[in-house]
Amino acid sequence: MKNYLNAETTIWSWLSTKDHKRIGVMFLVSVTLFLLVGGIFALILRLEHLTPGPTIVSPNMYNQLFTLHGVVMVWLFLIPAIPAGFGNFFLPIMLGAKDVAFPRLNLASLYIFWVGALVMIYGILDRAADTGWTFYPPYTSVTYTKATPVLLGVFILGWSTIITGVNFITTIHTLRAKGMRFMDMPLFAWALYGASIIQLIGTPVLGLILLMIVMDHGFDWGLFDPARGGDPLIFQHIFWFYSHPAVYIMILPPMGVVSEVVATMAHKNPLSYKAIAYSTFGIAFVGFLTWGHHMFTSGMSEFNAGIFGILSMSVAVFSAIKVFTWTGTLYKGSVWIRTPLVYVFSFLFLFIFGGMTGVAVAATSLDVHWHDTYFVVAHFHFIMVGASLTAFLAALHYWWPKITGRMYFEGWGVAGAILVLLGFVGTFFPLFLVGNGGMPRRYYHYSEQFQALNVLATAGSWVLALGLLLILVTLIWSLYAGEKAPPNPWHSRSYEWMTPSPPPKENFPETPHFVRGPYDYHLPLEPP
Amino acid sequence: MNVAVPKLQHHFEDIPKQAHAARLGMWLFLGSEALFFSGLFTFYAGYRAHHPEIFRLGVAHNDLVLGTVNTFILLTGSLLISLALWALRAGHRTLAVLLTACTALAGVVYLVVKGAEWGRHMSEGIFPGGRGDFFVENPEPAWAVFYTAYYGITGFHAIHVTVGVCILGWTAWWMHRERVGPAAAYKLAIVSLYWHFVDIVWLFLWPLFYLLRNPA
Repeated sequence: MKNYLNAETTIWSWLSTKDHKRIGVMFLVSVTLFLLVGGIFALILRLEHLTPGPTIVSPNMYNQLFTLHGVVMVWLFLIPAIPAGFGNFFLPIMLGAKDVAFPRLNLASLYIFWVGALVMIYGILDRAADTGWTFYPPYTSVTYTKATPVLLGVFILGWSTIITGVNFITTIHTLRAKGMRFMDMPLFAWALYGASIIQLIGTPVLGLILLMIVMDHGFDWGLFDPARGGDPLIFQHIFWFYSHPAVYIMILPPMGVVSEVVATMAHKNPLSYKAIAYSTFGIAFVGFLTWGHHMFTSGMSEFNAGIFGILSMSVAVFSAIKVFTWTGTLYKGSVWIRTPLVYVFSFLFLFIFGGMTGVAVAATSLDVHWHDTYFVVAHFHFIMVGASLTAFLAALHYWWPKITGRMYFEGWGVAGAILVLLGFVGTFFPLFLVGNGGMPRRYYHYSEQFQALNVLATAGSWVLALGLLLILVTLIWSLYAGEKAPPNPWHSRSYEWMTPSPPPKENFPETPHFVRGPYDYHLPLEPP
Repeated sequence: MNVAVPKLQHHFEDIPKQAHAARLGMWLFLGSEALFFSGLFTFYAGYRAHHPEIFRLGVAHNDLVLGTVNTFILLTGSLLISLALWALRAGHRTLAVLLTACTALAGVVYLVVKGAEWGRHMSEGIFPGGRGDFFVENPEPAWAVFYTAYYGITGFHAIHVTVGVCILGWTAWWMHRERVGPAAAYKLAIVSLYWHFVDIVWLFLWPLFYLLRNPA
C-alpha cells in the first residue's frame, strides 16, 4: 500500500516536499545529528574534568567547548526537537487535518534551520566563540573569537522557530476536523499550542538582543559599554526575558508527550484533561514573569528579587498539577510497561528532582550561595535536559511504529532507557554535590577535593553516551529487522493510531470524522 | 472584469477558511514583530531612565519638522492602502493597483526623507558607536548611546519599511498581472495589515525621537 514514505522516492521529492510528515522526519534526523555533535562536546568537557588540572584540551578550547555545547544543545536540539520534529508529524494527524496551515512556510522553516545551523558551524570551525551560551557583555563585545557567526546563526534559527509557532497556532485554529472542539483535542496539541505562544512572544526578543550584541561585537557600537553610556544589565534583562521562557518551550512539548504516553499505556482517561490543558497556559503565562531569578547576584533590589523568587516558585504549582494528574492517571489503570512508559518514569524522577531543586534556587538566600556553581548546572540539566531528553526518547519509541511502520525491539528499548537514566543520574547527581561544595561552573581548573565526584560524573557521561548509542543502533537495525507495525500496537484511543502505519500521504485514507474523544477508554476499541 | 479566483489549497475546506488562516497567520506574525520592537522600546526606556537630560537634549537636537513630515507621509500611505482594499473589494481593480503603487511610493518618499536626515547627522559628525567629531565636542558617554540607539531603532524600522515597499510593489504588480478580483482581496488585506503595523511602530518612534524634548 502507498504511504507517505514510498509515494515518491527521489531525493528531490524529499527536498521539495510540502508534506508535514516528511518535514517532521527531516527535522528529527537533523536534531538527532546535532544531539550527537553537542554530545561529543559534552564528552570532551567531562573528560577534561577527569583531573583537576589540564587533561586533554587547552583552557581556551575548554571555554569554546562549553559555549558550543550550550549553543548547539539549546538551539539545535532542545528547542526544535519535539515541536518541529514530532509536532510537525503528529499535530495535523491528531487534528484530522491533511497538513499544517502553511505547508510552504513549513518547508522554509526547515531550510532556515539549516542555514542558521551552517552559519553557526562556520563560526564553530573558525575560532569558535568562547563567551558561554548566554553571550553576556561586556566580554562578548570584545572577545577575539568568532562570536558574530554563532550569534547570527542563532538569530536565523529564531525565524525557523517563529514560523513553526505561527504555523501550529493557525493550524489548531483553522484545521481541526469537523466537530472537534478545542476541548476535544489531544493533549499533545495543547502542549504545542502553549509552546508556540512562547515561541511567538519570546523568540523575537532574543533575536533583537542578539542583533544588538552582534552590533557591539562586529561593529563596535558599544551599546552595552559603560564608557559610552551603556549598561550590561539591560542586556541581561532582555536576554532572560526570552531565555527563561525558552526553557518552557523546551519542556511544554515534552509534557504533551508524557500526557499522551501515560493515557495510552494506562489505557485510561487522564485523571483531569482540563487540569493538564489549563496548567500548560499557567506555565506559559507565569514563565514570562520569572526572568529576574537569573540576576539575583548581578544587581537587583531585594524587593524585586523577592517578587521574582515567589513568581518562579509558582511555576512549580502548575508543574505539580501535571505530575499529580499523570500519576493519578496511572493509578488503577490497565498499565502496559513498555519502553515509552519506562522513559516516562525516568522523566517523572528527573522532572520532580530538577523541579524541587529549582524551587530551592529560586529562594534568593540560597541562590546567592549556589549561583554560578555546578549546583545550578546540575539543576537545569535535570529539569531541562533530563526531562526533555527522556520525553524525546519516549516519543521516539512511542511513535516509532507510526513513523517508520516497524516495531522497535522491546528488550533493547528498555535496556537503552535504563542505561540513559543511570548515565544521566550518574553524570549530574555528583555535580549537585560538587556545586553545593562550592565548585564554580565554567572554570578550567578545580580544587582537588572535588576530584572523586568529578570522576564519577565523567564515568556517568560514558554510560549515558553508551545508552544513546545503543538506542541509535537498535532503532536503525529495527528499520530492517523489526516486525511490521500494526496500525495501533498500543491499543490507544488517540487519533493518530486510527490511520495505517505509516500513514498515507493525505494522513487518513478517507476524511476522518471523529465520533468519540481521544481518550475514551470506556468505549470498546474499534477494529483497525 | 474580475477573472481570478484564488486557488483552494488541498488541505482547506473552502476559500473563507483559507483566508481566515492567512489573516490569523499574519496577525500572529505581527504580534511577534511587536515583541521585537517592544525589546527596542525597553532598551530606550532603560537608557532614558539612566540619562534623562541628555536623551531630552538629543531629542531636541533632532529635526522635528522632518520627523513630523515623515509621520504625515506614513499616515497617508495607510489611508491609501485602506482605500485600495476598499476599491478591490468593490471590484475596481485598476484603482486598487494604482493606490497600492502610491502607497509603495509613499514608503519610498519616507525612506528618502529618513536618509536625508541620517545624512545631515553624519555631516555633523554623528556616527553609531560614539564615533565622529560631534562626540569630541560632547564627551558625556550618554550622547554616544543616544545616537547609537537612534540609528539602531530607526534603522530597524527603515528595514521594515523597505520590506513593506517591496511587498507593496510586488502586490500591485500581481493584482495587475493576475487580474485579481474581490475574492482574492484578503491577500491585499494581509499586506495592508503589515503596512499598518510599520506605520504604528513609527507612531511610537515619532514621540520617542522627536516630541519628548521639553524639560519636565
